[in-house]
Amino acid sequence: MTLAAESSPATAQPAALAVETPLRRFLSDYFESWVATAALALLAIIVLLAIVAPWIVPQNPYDLAQVDVMESRLPPGEKHSVSGYTYWLGTDGAGRDLLSAMLYGVRISLTVGVLSGLIAMAIGATVGLIAAYAGGRVESLIMRVVDLQLSFPAILLALMLIAILGKGVDKIIIALVTVQWAYYARTVRGTALVESRKEYVEAARCLGLSHNRILMRHILPNCLPPLIVVATVQTAHAIALEATLSFLGVGLPQTEPSLGLLISNGFEYMLSGKYWISFFPGILLLLTIMVINLVGDQLRDVLNPRLRR
Amino acid sequence: MRSMGPPALEVSNLKTHFFTKAGIVKAVDGVSFAVAAGEILGLVGESGCGKSITGFSILGLVDEPGRIVAGSVRFKGEELTTASEERLRSLRGDRIAMIFQDPMMTLNPVLRVDTQMVEAVRAHRNINTAAAVHLARDALADVGIPSPEHRLKAYPHELSGGMRQRVAIATAFINKPDVIIADEPTTALDVTIQGQILAEAQALCARTGTAMIWITHDLAVVSSLADRIAVMYAGRIVETGRTADIVSAPLHPYTKGLIGSVPSHNKRGERLTQIPGMTPSLLNLAPGCAFRTRCSQATQMCLAEPELADVGADRAVRCFHPLLTEAGA
Amino acid sequence: MAAFVLRRLMQSVVVVFVMSLIVFCGVHLIGDPVHLLINPQADQKDIEAAIRSLGLDKPIWQQYLHFIGGALSGDLGKSFIFGESALKVIVQRMPATLELALAATAMSVTLGIPLGLYAGLYPKSLASRTIMASSILGFSLPTFWVGLMLIMVFAVMLGWLPSTGRGETATWLGITSSLFTVNGWKHILLPALNLALLKISLVIRLTRAGAREAIHQDYIKFARAKGLSNRRIIGVHLLKNILIPVVTVLGLEFGNLVAFSVVTETIFAWPGMGKLLIGSIQSLDRPVIVAYLIIIVLMFVVINLVVDILYSVLDPRVRLGEKSA
Repeated sequence: MTLAAESSPATAQPAALAVETPLRRFLSDYFESWVATAALALLAIIVLLAIVAPWIVPQNPYDLAQVDVMESRLPPGEKHSVSGYTYWLGTDGAGRDLLSAMLYGVRISLTVGVLSGLIAMAIGATVGLIAAYAGGRVESLIMRVVDLQLSFPAILLALMLIAILGKGVDKIIIALVTVQWAYYARTVRGTALVESRKEYVEAARCLGLSHNRILMRHILPNCLPPLIVVATVQTAHAIALEATLSFLGVGLPQTEPSLGLLISNGFEYMLSGKYWISFFPGILLLLTIMVINLVGDQLRDVLNPRLRR
Repeated sequence: MRSMGPPALEVSNLKTHFFTKAGIVKAVDGVSFAVAAGEILGLVGESGCGKSITGFSILGLVDEPGRIVAGSVRFKGEELTTASEERLRSLRGDRIAMIFQDPMMTLNPVLRVDTQMVEAVRAHRNINTAAAVHLARDALADVGIPSPEHRLKAYPHELSGGMRQRVAIATAFINKPDVIIADEPTTALDVTIQGQILAEAQALCARTGTAMIWITHDLAVVSSLADRIAVMYAGRIVETGRTADIVSAPLHPYTKGLIGSVPSHNKRGERLTQIPGMTPSLLNLAPGCAFRTRCSQATQMCLAEPELADVGADRAVRCFHPLLTEAGA
Repeated sequence: MAAFVLRRLMQSVVVVFVMSLIVFCGVHLIGDPVHLLINPQADQKDIEAAIRSLGLDKPIWQQYLHFIGGALSGDLGKSFIFGESALKVIVQRMPATLELALAATAMSVTLGIPLGLYAGLYPKSLASRTIMASSILGFSLPTFWVGLMLIMVFAVMLGWLPSTGRGETATWLGITSSLFTVNGWKHILLPALNLALLKISLVIRLTRAGAREAIHQDYIKFARAKGLSNRRIIGVHLLKNILIPVVTVLGLEFGNLVAFSVVTETIFAWPGMGKLLIGSIQSLDRPVIVAYLIIIVLMFVVINLVVDILYSVLDPRVRLGEKSA
């Protein structure tokens, strides 16, 4: 008398569980952490606010007609002397409503950060894929360059580039992209290397599929998980870097004030106690970076096959 | 035969369970045996049957999510399962020592050999470093390591696998413990080295009167080494007895299967006997006898769990249908 | 061992050469060297004279040789603003920056390792989870904003510590540093803390990861089976294994710390190389920028070399890598 095959630990759960697709499992793993879920929600809110900022701001901070320097440096909660509108977060040195300025600021910060990240990802992923697939001398050369760049501190690289190229939104983006592409290249090359050694690639080659097809349809999709993780973390870095550069006065010009510039503007008033001009934009910047990092952290834990719980 | 004094170590119905997310893994689920001073007991079983956990349970080294849930471990009459951590710590390495399986990883790679041996001595005795180094040197010589002074100053990765295991054995013997638990110490070594180490261990035990529990999956190893054997399956002891008795007349179908699968038992050209089926997962053990699904003798009765029952002089078996008909009990 | 050091030295020299080439190309090919190296305020005659003296009218490879020659003898151009040798200007400010970086490293180690150890050994406790959560905060917080807040709280609101500047210096064993005076410490505390915050999170995470991994290793279990006290197991067995990666990373990050000091120095008006750099970028004092770049590259190379040697000293497996088991 023999029994049916014994159950393995993995299927010890009741059979009532619906079909578990990878996507569903990913989602359920992700939302296991309430912190990560909250972070994702907050991030969504911030992004939403950034997108609709021009339509919802109480006051356009860059419309000179609306801004009155007599209203400058008002603490939070004060009212506009004429319209009775409440400055929820106070006003800055030029009389702009801080809340509105912040919403515009986060919009610019996010745009620059995400844009540079996407460009860097495109460049970096391409280079990484080429390196992994070509192998040999080409790969060594590329990786040497990547390593060299990665060992150099990002902020110095960015400063140097700006010193040479000059200021301007496009120059900032170039600097940010230059600083970031190497991370993407290294990640993609590492994953692509591992993948290209796997059997399904050999099988595809045996089937006579073109290089392009193998790269695009087979290897690249498997490189996506670590790429996504790196992308989130790098975006946070890019935003922080841009803010730092703007704060130092070598970042975005005054016409496109990001959160960094707002904070920098408020610096001079700090010592006289008017903390809010720097404080609130700083909080918003901090929140943005933090939630991106939290989401990235959770993504990394969830997508990491070695941490199978 | 060695002297059969009062048991140095007595384990009764020990149960160690692991409470994991996937369920309860009953790694040790009813283990009973005794070892007398100077005696070598072989604990035999396949990989994954819970032998190592038994060893760890005796020393109180089972980590979360596992813990001892039932049973008793008596060392010279003292109950260990309820002893304080401090008491256990003082016994470990001093009165009850352990040798691990993988010599590569049991020695800390960034510390020298002498450091690691000296600390084993000084954790239990108040002697100065020089005297401890002397003891270490002697211990290394005892296990047959040439030029021990040089080996002392070496780092683990500079020694070969066999050498490292000898260091581990020397460390285990250095405080002249009453019991040594050896967890598959020769599994990772070459066969020739294995033979040497077995002989050395046997000689050491005879000389010092230390009791030893030799855990292994290799019945051949243990049949030449041990005075008594305990066979383990799926977390339970299924048979115990003197080595000669067990090898010549096994009572439990599993034991018989084990003996039969040793290649030397076969005549040339004959097919090797196998035990059909696979080891059960300790996570979802079916009720009743754990060996039921692979046993040629299994009947309806085996749906209930058998107890480990004494069946004669120094013999016990956990089976409803022990192979008594094969040879006289 | 000597062969190892020699090999690494040779590699470092090659790297320095390559970097100098890159710097040179960056300055001469991407930017306009005339504007980069010659004060644009000067009048036409002076500009032409300067072009000739700097050899900017010669072919590029000759210019590079001239550049290297100058660099080796310590001449990296003259600062527009200060009128002195750019190199001299930077070197004068190096001690202040190094002080800051050292203090920050020391702080991140003394705070980070114990916290990380605790979080690694007792991962489920409330304290650990708090530590981990705050460590995320640590590298999400933009350094400059933290600096502002530190000044806000400790200097303005509480008035405990000075908000800007470097403290008094004292000389000891031939080294002049503000770390040797109490007043110096009062001034360095906030900026060092600001810098250190970046690294503390890193150290905590590294130590924690190392502890979590190491605690399950067989040699730890073996140490427990020998009956060693917890203190010895953690303090000797565990720590020595964890320290190796931590020290390596910290060493490599030291360069980063020096780089990031540009921000901290600006906020706290700390008279170091970083503040000089920012000022130079804003006032377009380009010779100083170029000189700074070279010095930083040199520093990085030296640090990498030192860390490599240190690593082989700490980890016996690497050191005796040439010997076979």
